[in-house]
Amino acid sequence: MLLRHTPDTVAERTALTINPAKTCQPIGAMYAALGINRCLPHSHGSQGCCAYHRSTLTRHYKEPVMAGTSSFTEGSSVFGGQANLLQAINNIFAIYEPEVIAVHTTCLSETIGDDITQIIAKAREENKIPKGKYVIHANTPSYVGSHVTGFANMVKGMVDYFAAADGRKENRINIIPGYVEPADMEEIKRIASDMGISTIMFPDTSNVLNGPQTGRYAMFPAGGVTVADLIRTGGSMGTVALGRLASGLAARTLDAKCKVPCEILDLPIGLMATDRFIDTLRQIAGVSVPDSLNIERGRLLDVMTDMHQYFFGRTAALAGDPDQLISLTEFLVSVDMWPIHIVTGTPGKKFESRIKEITKEVPHPVNVKATGDLFLLHQWIKNEPVDLLIGNTYMKYIARDEDIPLVRFGFPILDRIGHIYFPTIGYRGGLRLLEKILDALLDRQDRDAPEESFELVM
Amino acid sequence: MSEVLDTISPKPSALQPMAVKKELLERYPTKVARKRARQIIINEVGPDCSVPEIQSNVRTIPGIITQRGCTYAGCKGVVLGPTRDIVNITHGPIGCGFYSWLTRRNQTKPNGPTDHNFMTYCFSTDMQDEQIIFGGEKKLRQAIQEAYDILKPKAIAIFSTCPVGLIGDDVHAVAREMKEKLGINVFAFSCEGYKGVSQSAGHHIANNGIFTHVVGLDDTVSEGKFKINLLGEYNIGGDAFEIERLFKDCGLTLISTFSGNSSYDYFTNSHTADLNLIMCHRSINYVAEMMETKFGIPWIKINFIGASATAKSLRKIAAYFEDAELAARVEEVIAREMPAVEEVRAEVKTRCAGKRAMLFVGGSRAHHYQELFREIGMEIVSAGYEFAHRDDYEGRRVLPNIKVDADSRNIEELHVEPDPNRYKVRISPEQIDRLEKTGLRLKDYDGMMAEMPNGTLVIDDISQFETEKLIEIFRPDIVCAGIKEKYAIQKSGTPMKQLHSYDTGGPYAAFKGAINFYREIDRMVNSKVWKYLKAPWQEHPELAATYVWE
Ligand code: SF4
Ligand code: SF4
Repeated sequence: MLLRHTPDTVAERTALTINPAKTCQPIGAMYAALGINRCLPHSHGSQGCCAYHRSTLTRHYKEPVMAGTSSFTEGSSVFGGQANLLQAINNIFAIYEPEVIAVHTTCLSETIGDDITQIIAKAREENKIPKGKYVIHANTPSYVGSHVTGFANMVKGMVDYFAAADGRKENRINIIPGYVEPADMEEIKRIASDMGISTIMFPDTSNVLNGPQTGRYAMFPAGGVTVADLIRTGGSMGTVALGRLASGLAARTLDAKCKVPCEILDLPIGLMATDRFIDTLRQIAGVSVPDSLNIERGRLLDVMTDMHQYFFGRTAALAGDPDQLISLTEFLVSVDMWPIHIVTGTPGKKFESRIKEITKEVPHPVNVKATGDLFLLHQWIKNEPVDLLIGNTYMKYIARDEDIPLVRFGFPILDRIGHIYFPTIGYRGGLRLLEKILDALLDRQDRDAPEESFELVM
Repeated sequence: MSEVLDTISPKPSALQPMAVKKELLERYPTKVARKRARQIIINEVGPDCSVPEIQSNVRTIPGIITQRGCTYAGCKGVVLGPTRDIVNITHGPIGCGFYSWLTRRNQTKPNGPTDHNFMTYCFSTDMQDEQIIFGGEKKLRQAIQEAYDILKPKAIAIFSTCPVGLIGDDVHAVAREMKEKLGINVFAFSCEGYKGVSQSAGHHIANNGIFTHVVGLDDTVSEGKFKINLLGEYNIGGDAFEIERLFKDCGLTLISTFSGNSSYDYFTNSHTADLNLIMCHRSINYVAEMMETKFGIPWIKINFIGASATAKSLRKIAAYFEDAELAARVEEVIAREMPAVEEVRAEVKTRCAGKRAMLFVGGSRAHHYQELFREIGMEIVSAGYEFAHRDDYEGRRVLPNIKVDADSRNIEELHVEPDPNRYKVRISPEQIDRLEKTGLRLKDYDGMMAEMPNGTLVIDDISQFETEKLIEIFRPDIVCAGIKEKYAIQKSGTPMKQLHSYDTGGPYAAFKGAINFYREIDRMVNSKVWKYLKAPWQEHPELAATYVWE
């Protein structure tokens, strides 16, 4: 037993987190920053955080993840990190030549209280920021929120620093894709472009964190939203933000700053959330939905109806980020599966009520917890086993101990590929998710079937 | 076939090292260049094995993309991480604990299904802003209580992260208090990430903590004529399992490994051994030094990476014990293991000889793995450590000359004295004399540079920029580094082997490990996949107006 010490009895814990279902803000900020063209994320704090964030992102994406660090030592921790950051800005522009440095704080620099806005101003005064180059920042203390919060804060930073309005509105929509994979971002762009809509998507990690092998390494790959586009977001006619937690903040900030109205939607995972996304795009842009998308929708629905017998009443335990889990739960419920244990590590009261609302017709009690952890999830599973697990790679320990199939979904996925290449959002993504779920369930059915009922046709 | 493998004599690279160094420094602002110039050294080994001085264990310059991690990573992740039955609680916000959760591939094998094994768990106090403002001791105390209630461990360790040091939580006081209350061993490490310039500070802090709170608690003397500890072996990919198998076959009794496949009880009893073997000199020589002073256990530097290195190390151990029977068994084991190694080596060498490697990793691995590469005829064009000190490069002879700077000074040096009851002389001065005459040097290490060819570049704390440049200049056939460097190197069309956690695979230690490594490197440097980088139309972009089918 890999998790041999996890007892079935759930005892309330108020201080100890065991096997977290979240991680810290800066990693989300770093991921978001990588979605700007020619941007080097910079971690303002000790170099350890930066090393950890880079390592984890690298393991998940299997792609280079570069970031600078202010390399604090004891002195900077006492006297503040201004000198380190000024020096870092100078060195980074000289050595690596990015167009943007996106600074995020860490617990350390937050606790000291370094004023990044002021340090950036000083860097500008001292001519450490070359002409035409930018330094932006976000505050990302990890003792608040989670990696999702960090992502949201950095996306807001993009709006704070770049978005500009000159009063003119252009026939174009901003899309904030949420904390999703590069493949998902690509898919979102494709859907909008199939609808004939002009968009600016930010951040955009496609072609940055799912780049091709070419035999030539480029620290700044071709992908990412350009600074010019980020500036122009202020003149778009509207913003569609996907995922309340990851994208809501930036969308509202852009509205307040440049009067760009926004719609905050769920991540388009599954049929209904994708319907809402496409319908919203259609209405804002005043276009009609092309047949190609109707066909995709029909295919997804086709599988939902054709394979309903395998979904119906199957129970699942889920862990992940709130934005993902909300849509994913809705998707499972829509095929009559029963997601009965759901945890996220990310705090937030609305999460639990949304999930309760979505699952109210599930004919089974549903456990849900924000600020939960995988230890708790495992205990729930021990008390009430399920047919399927959906979550990140750390769930494989529970999967093995309890002998339950696992569909890998979320962050981080350290032991499989696919997530960076094949979307799980939109109709096509929904199809892929259902295929993965079916594969897992049917493989198990095959494995467990007595010889006499082992069947060729399923 | 029992003779030790010949390692090919390394040849200096054809490229002009001075010119290469100049190119590496060109892009840097003056101050950066000046500093880096002292960390990028052209190797030159004198007749007395003297080597040039290299600057190391100094701060990384802000803004430089470095390989390094932090003190916490060195303490919790590296040294204490591989021990299965201590509940390691990270006191801090969630991130630090999360990232050090199962990511180092140190394997462990409990003795039975009821044995404690907490390695798959991640424990954290997940500090919130409330604790940052009002202090986190209360939450920490409660977390320890909860861990105890649920898991009933023998020992609980607490690891401080950066913000903890700043807000001034007294983790040691909390540990003492909870130790008293729960009646189990509870101890804490002030391993805040900012404390040192790299992981290295964390190793030191971890060593001090284990030595103070754990080593020596159990005086039971186990049976066995030749009792040893293995220090600085972390069982990545099962390395320690392979070494343990060898020890058993040779008739050596392993009391404790620090800290691969290790357990708390082994540590408590480790002072009953008669010899300490040091694998990773950087991370753990402190423990060996302190154990020698306090208990009288001598240490020798060994290396189980590479077949000839393994044979040499086993013979060193046999020589130390001066026992003919042991020596004979060691020879037997070497003779038994060598043919298979030799066979694979010879085969692999035909495909790998003459190829080039660069190694930038760790604080010993960049040295140890050179043996393996040389065994299959490969050349090391450049190497360096991520967090080593001068002695790891230049040998322990420079220890008296190392200036202790402010960053090292804030790591506690323990004052250790001989234990009045348990200090035991293991080896007499005459014996030491005798051994030294045969070439067995106790408590000594020559460092990496003495074993590298003249003209090779030795680089401390290499930056991403320098890595890219070197690849461009040397066009190596393989680069060894860590996960953060991996895909940038591979995107340049160069295979990359991780040597911290090996990516996958292992064990690479000892004889079977050598075979695994030869095969792995063969696979990597001779893989077909790198040949397809260009599509046909990129290789021959001219358009020819003919039908393809003609
Ligand atoms: S200190 Fe904070 S930012 Fe750094 S790794 Fe830990 S939780 Fe994350
Ligand atoms: S916060 Fe400090 S201890 Fe934690 S990872 Fe960062 S540098 Fe290391």
